[in-house]
Amino acid sequence: MNGHHAMPAGDRPGIGPPLWLLAELTYRCPLQCPYCSNPLDFAQTEQELTTEEWVRVLRQGREMGAAQLGFSGGEPLVRPDLPELIAEARQLGYYTNLITSGLGLTEAKVKAFRDAGLDHIQVSFQASDPELNNAVAGSRKAFDQKLAMARAVKEAGYPMVLNFVIHRHNIHQMGDIISLCERLGADYVELATCQYYGWAFQNREGLMPSKAQLQTAEAEVNAYRERLAESGSAMKLIFVTPDYYEERPKACMNGWGSLFLTVAPDGAALPCHSARLLPIEFPNVRESSLHSIWYDSPGFNHYRGDSWMPEPCRSCDEKDKDFGGCRCQAYLLTGNADNADPVCSKSPHHDRILAARKAADHATAGLEELTYRNANNSRLFFRG
Amino acid sequence: MTLAMEQTPRLRPGFRFQWEPAQNAHVLLYPEGMVRLNDSAGAVLKEVDGQRTVADIVETLEQQFPEAGSLAEDVGDFLKDAEQQHWILFT
Repeated sequence: MNGHHAMPAGDRPGIGPPLWLLAELTYRCPLQCPYCSNPLDFAQTEQELTTEEWVRVLRQGREMGAAQLGFSGGEPLVRPDLPELIAEARQLGYYTNLITSGLGLTEAKVKAFRDAGLDHIQVSFQASDPELNNAVAGSRKAFDQKLAMARAVKEAGYPMVLNFVIHRHNIHQMGDIISLCERLGADYVELATCQYYGWAFQNREGLMPSKAQLQTAEAEVNAYRERLAESGSAMKLIFVTPDYYEERPKACMNGWGSLFLTVAPDGAALPCHSARLLPIEFPNVRESSLHSIWYDSPGFNHYRGDSWMPEPCRSCDEKDKDFGGCRCQAYLLTGNADNADPVCSKSPHHDRILAARKAADHATAGLEELTYRNANNSRLFFRG
Repeated sequence: MTLAMEQTPRLRPGFRFQWEPAQNAHVLLYPEGMVRLNDSAGAVLKEVDGQRTVADIVETLEQQFPEAGSLAEDVGDFLKDAEQQHWILFT
């Protein structure tokens, strides 16, 4: 017997339901990570959705078939209505994930969220030691707080997922990072190499690891995996390698408007959390129902199917596999979101990826030279 | 390795099994992940409650599906696979 099934059909031929809903509750955050995926101009975001508006979004999403729900941000803990939203979501039948920096969390909240029905808390770290962690996060007390909260999460009986964003300044710590996770009793460890959108794109030269760094890290992860297997440990290591070192693009979001629906703090509905940077008009949950947004809005239908594809994607026999890669990456690197993702070696713009790799071999910038994600820096991106 | 009939399977902590009308299927939900189950996998996991043994589950399913004949081998194979996938644990 094999447990899996083909994907379900939705309300329109060829369009399945949005099985994953990401609720970005706020862009406010106590940390300043220079690889944040939030928009550069987040500080000009208009009023956040109210509790009632979020509840309506959760209900509509669940009705359409969404089963996985992420509470993210910014730092979702800054919303005082988080316990209420968790309880509503759980009661609707969502599997609820809280994606947090751990700042603002307390043992009492960890337990209260559990009582409200929260299924999982993912705590992010910036490094395996306090000095580097706090320098990247732009916060002096972050590391100790994260450690305490990781322990509280474990203590309360949640499955434990620890997330580390990997870049050239912490990629040498792979062994230490995994060993820290083992000591904390993690079930899953996400070693997610930086993806270059938002602030990370702005800081790409100062973040992107070199090929040599990456190869060393991969070898270290693989060796650790073998040790874990030998010791019978169930801890799973998920190493997301950077697509800048691939020759074929990733099947971004499993296809545009295929599974994922992000709702931004101001109600903008997006096919992924970066899509806001594209020159496309996206609908808002304040004006339309999630159903009409998902199935009928021009924004969500823009890159569905393959009739929009130019060459080399149009005639490519892999177009059903990777959907031409990532629209945001195509836009950021070529100025036109219709183009093939330049990660693809068939792309006429692949030289831009090669140039980034070359730059990574010679980069010397220190952490202090990065642009940190905070409201002051954000204002520079819309005041002109 | 064969599965002992007196072992008791249970879902791993953090895993949830539920019926999803929109997918017309049972699913397993876990941190940031979901597996859509086919009918037979759904029928077996529905009986996994941390109380009943493999033998109990086989007996229940054989009563539910009398036309299927002996199910011990199929159920055992599936549960072993589910353990390897880290969906369930045995006590």
